[in-house]
Amino acid sequence: MAAIRFLLNGQWCSEDSVPPTMTVLDYLRTVRRLTGTKEGCAEGDCGACTIMVGRREEGRLRYDAVNSCLMLVPQLEATAVVTVEGLTAPDGALHPVQHALLEADATQCGFCTPGFAMAMAAFQHGGEPARDELIHEALAGNLCRCTGYRPIVDACRGVAGGALDHLAERARADAAGLAGLSPIAEYRQGEQCFYFPHTLPELARLVKQHPEAQLWAGGTDLGLVVAKERRWSPALIATSFVPELKRITVGPDWIEFGAAVTYSEALPYFDVSFPALGAVVRRLGSRQIRNLGTMAGNLATASPIGDTIPCLFALDAAVVVRSIAGARPRTMEKFITGYRRTSLAPGEFIESIRLPRLVQPQQFHAFKLSKRFDQDIAAVTAAFRIALADGVVQSLRAAFGGMGPTAKRATAVEEAIIGQPWTASTLAGIDQALARDFAPMDDHRGSAAYRLRAAANLLRRLQIETARPDLAGVAPLRLEAL
Amino acid sequence: MSELTPSAVKGGAHSPARHDSAAGHVTGRALFLDDVANAPGTLHAALVLSPHAHARIRRIDAGRALAAPGVAAVVTAEDVPGRNDIGPILKGEPALAAGVAEYVGHPVAAVAADTLERALAAAALVDVEYEPLPAILRLEEAIAAGALVSPAQVIERGEVAIALGYAPMRLAGDVRCGGQDHFYLEGQIALAVPGEDRDIAVTSSTQHPTEVQHGVARLLGLPLNAVTVEVRRMGGAFGGKESQATIVAGIAALLAWKTHRPVKLRLRRDDDMRATGKRHPFLIRYDVGFDEDGSLLGLDMTLVANAGNVADLSPAVLTRALCHADNCYYLPNVRLRGLACKTNTVSNTAFRGFGGPQGMFAIEAVVEAVARHLRVPTELVRRRNFYGIGRNDMTPYGMTVEDNIIERVVEELEGGVDLPRWRAEVETFNRTSAVIKKGLATMPVKFGISFNLPTLNQAGALVHVYTDGSVHLNHGGTEMGQGLFVKVAQVVAEAFQIDLEHVRVSATSTGKVPNTSATAASSGSDLNGMAALNAAEQIRGRMAQVAAAHFAVPATEIVFSDNRVFAGNKSLSFAELAELCWRRRVSLSATGYYRTPKINWDFKTNTGRPFYYFSYGAAACEVAIDTLTGELRVLRAELVQDCGRSLNPAIDKGQVEGAFVQGMGWLTTEELWWDEDGRLRTHGPSTYKIPGSRDVPRVFNTRLLADAPNREQTIFRSKAIGEPPLMLAIAVWLAIRDAVASLADHRLLPKLDAPATPERILAAVDDIQARFAALPAEAR
Repeated sequence: MAAIRFLLNGQWCSEDSVPPTMTVLDYLRTVRRLTGTKEGCAEGDCGACTIMVGRREEGRLRYDAVNSCLMLVPQLEATAVVTVEGLTAPDGALHPVQHALLEADATQCGFCTPGFAMAMAAFQHGGEPARDELIHEALAGNLCRCTGYRPIVDACRGVAGGALDHLAERARADAAGLAGLSPIAEYRQGEQCFYFPHTLPELARLVKQHPEAQLWAGGTDLGLVVAKERRWSPALIATSFVPELKRITVGPDWIEFGAAVTYSEALPYFDVSFPALGAVVRRLGSRQIRNLGTMAGNLATASPIGDTIPCLFALDAAVVVRSIAGARPRTMEKFITGYRRTSLAPGEFIESIRLPRLVQPQQFHAFKLSKRFDQDIAAVTAAFRIALADGVVQSLRAAFGGMGPTAKRATAVEEAIIGQPWTASTLAGIDQALARDFAPMDDHRGSAAYRLRAAANLLRRLQIETARPDLAGVAPLRLEAL
Repeated sequence: MSELTPSAVKGGAHSPARHDSAAGHVTGRALFLDDVANAPGTLHAALVLSPHAHARIRRIDAGRALAAPGVAAVVTAEDVPGRNDIGPILKGEPALAAGVAEYVGHPVAAVAADTLERALAAAALVDVEYEPLPAILRLEEAIAAGALVSPAQVIERGEVAIALGYAPMRLAGDVRCGGQDHFYLEGQIALAVPGEDRDIAVTSSTQHPTEVQHGVARLLGLPLNAVTVEVRRMGGAFGGKESQATIVAGIAALLAWKTHRPVKLRLRRDDDMRATGKRHPFLIRYDVGFDEDGSLLGLDMTLVANAGNVADLSPAVLTRALCHADNCYYLPNVRLRGLACKTNTVSNTAFRGFGGPQGMFAIEAVVEAVARHLRVPTELVRRRNFYGIGRNDMTPYGMTVEDNIIERVVEELEGGVDLPRWRAEVETFNRTSAVIKKGLATMPVKFGISFNLPTLNQAGALVHVYTDGSVHLNHGGTEMGQGLFVKVAQVVAEAFQIDLEHVRVSATSTGKVPNTSATAASSGSDLNGMAALNAAEQIRGRMAQVAAAHFAVPATEIVFSDNRVFAGNKSLSFAELAELCWRRRVSLSATGYYRTPKINWDFKTNTGRPFYYFSYGAAACEVAIDTLTGELRVLRAELVQDCGRSLNPAIDKGQVEGAFVQGMGWLTTEELWWDEDGRLRTHGPSTYKIPGSRDVPRVFNTRLLADAPNREQTIFRSKAIGEPPLMLAIAVWLAIRDAVASLADHRLLPKLDAPATPERILAAVDDIQARFAALPAEAR
């Protein structure tokens, strides 16, 4: 029987008896008795379970911080895992981040500490500079209830860009170790099976053969169902081993993101071509989540909020849907059909998402409102592709999330604005237009009234930012600019 | 007691010694309860929680659950061999719902199986037949129904009605603050191991091993000496593992009792948040009379707490809230009424500050209203009303404030930050900024130290010196991350004049130090430090006698210093003397004991001296809000905190910063949201948002007040630190209100309850703009 093979703190593991739906966290703590990795929430939101997972990339090993509570053991196939136990050098010497945390008095109860150490180690390993916004980005996935973070942030600042330690050596050894691994096709335990297709046709065939199967990209949404609700379908099909799905293609008219491209991998492209999308994605989950999660996964689960989905609507993205019969692009309007429903038919899957490049004078803007800036699910997400000429709105695609059972375009809003002068008075009655487009509900993220009011104000912000650049020179228009 | 001076030993009192488990924390080697390997045969437990806010339990059928693979037992209230009551103050609070489920999340039954997976699966198979009953979910409904969990409390002094009647100015209003989940990173957990002859050993993540011991003994009908409860460390607690830990440990013990096997119950985060209590939300109604100078002449204020389904610690929380509704202000004519209302929600409980934050929140809302009415800075009104020294120094509950240093603390804060200039900068910004508005506010804090109930202010310790000179320390306090163990170890190192590394602290156990109080009320090092010092001094005295005989000098000439014991220029190492004591057959072990002096409380009149002393602090805080969305950034916080003569400035600084950020969370992003069926919909970190690293003020300076030894004889003249700084965060809430008020040229009082979520801030912005626009032009 095939086994899942990976390196764990430098040691080969070959697992042929754990259930395919066992989370990596449970595996580490119970099977391996590596209890430094903690369970704080089992929903990928506290970071206490953070580990590093290394993959070969152009011969080198890249370690990413991930939430072990959301990952299933088969996802470790052909990776090199480092836990807090492996952070300490074999001779017992502390890793620089451990030393820095110690020196900064950055531990109180200590339960979150291993997770912070791992997030910081990944940050340091990535070689990023000691800029505060990067540090917060790197630590946004880790919660501490005792310290108030100041000493942790100081520790992180201290290690940023620092010399690498024994982990660099480990990375070389891990990369060499993983090089010779031959691919496996499936991992089966009883009635559960985790498939590892390695080509697009193979994936299409499996999807057709197993219409009940769940496609597993990063597992940051579906893994939640396994970890918290202990529900799973008998067949899971990994997408991340299919090279075509990991591809990012930069074309003249659009940029195409393969369905297994993670948010982290896509971010540099967003930053260049759609900075506002990059800014929204940076607030989506945490690095641990973005290192696993994919835009296609977000789209396939058709979240009513789904931070990226309103952006895809506004950008007029095309969803390339493949089946055994071939691949065809589908508009967002055709793709999202209802609350957590898509038009994907049995046998179909998302191959890629195409984002049309902006053409002059189009601009793209996106806003996310949540209680907490980082790692929170939005009350409202708004995305706008707007083209202005001589102070008049030439074209507008406006889309909102969090305003109804699905993210969708605000057609009444678009109608009210297109062709009008781009002034505050054009927006005077925009609240009514929004109320025609959306009937949001009251929930723990916000009341219907707040959502409508804030959504209208986001249009006002859009107007101020795009029509009144003079104001930004006087005083910041957003808190982020302070 | 002795007044020791700083010495050459490493890690003595007042040194910034590192947390004793820090290396264990960063390497992951520090063991939490769930990290300890299970004994063979250990069962795992899962809870069956009520889906109804209020329902009669007609029937519980465990048949399907018991038939499921690996299931060893299912327990319900019927299975309790002793008394199904774990109420910490009042009677009649069951560990497992008996007959009636009173909130969504109420534990109704529990399952033990060979794996957690199977226990969770089987819990879903327990068939419970409910008959839903009308539920009271909102505080207003409870007030209307007169539903209380404990009698109303009143603290009254002077002639309130007359003072209000004659006051030149008078304002009435109401304001609310929300609850708060503790969100300790380590969830509730307990392991119960049955021993021989009806013994049961419980390891529990608890702040109060003795209460767990009592709860387990009561449930199982055992004498206390059959139950031993131990805790090495908790992954955070904050009050949430005081009474609430007993629910978890009690159910684990019940399952262990029934199965005769070790049982571990670890709540998953959602169950933890649904089933266990939180900080009390409060509704505050005030009627205040004052004069043109801002002197508070009369105050009639009612504090209504949402206690949840049972009393738990609510009566005590309410008392502390009332005892802090004066904060730093002399209130000559005052009536403070407290109601703890019963609702069909989870029973609220202790949380860092224990009512103090809500009491201070209340009075600060009043002071701000007065200041805005008079259009003067809040600081001016505060200063006008600060407790005096030798005059105007009697609290509403009849205690004289003898150690008042609030003016000094406030001056240190304001002088250090140049408040007028800071305020001018904020105002300049606001004049030119259309969308973003800034706010600035300060906050003084006076927090009473000691449990309100005098009985609880006692502690014990156990110290052994071994023949190699190493010291084993045990005391009744528990380590939840606050650094209590290292602080008390420093006390012992200081007493023996040995390096800290020679003192080892062991897990807290009811078998070593009995009849303890909760590690709570900020009192951990005050109480246990003194008890440990008492034990160490007894041993040191005996050792000095032996040394005196050895060197043939009077005992008074023996000096302990720098890991040695001196008689003039002759000396022995501490270890040599320990060995010598053993050979001379002198005991090297002692129990220590301490009770706080001077305190008393009359429950009939709600008067007395409940607090040994007060801890003081002050904060200034700058925030910015987005007037289009209500989003918030806390830009800067400047804190000054009185720690007396700090036992450990590194640990104390961590407590101040951590408490402030936790308080900030309470007042900003942390919103508990129940739906119309009484279901908590914010039951995990994905929906309940505690502060993250970016939320911490970018400029965040903390100063411990220098040269401020406690005037009372506390342990080395230090002061308690756990809770007081949490209330400094009220400055954040006031600063948000200031930013909102700037939209109406500071002429109107904002309407903004806590938590100040973006939604509430935006509503306050819209409201104040509408009211300002409606003012006649000449008033604008």
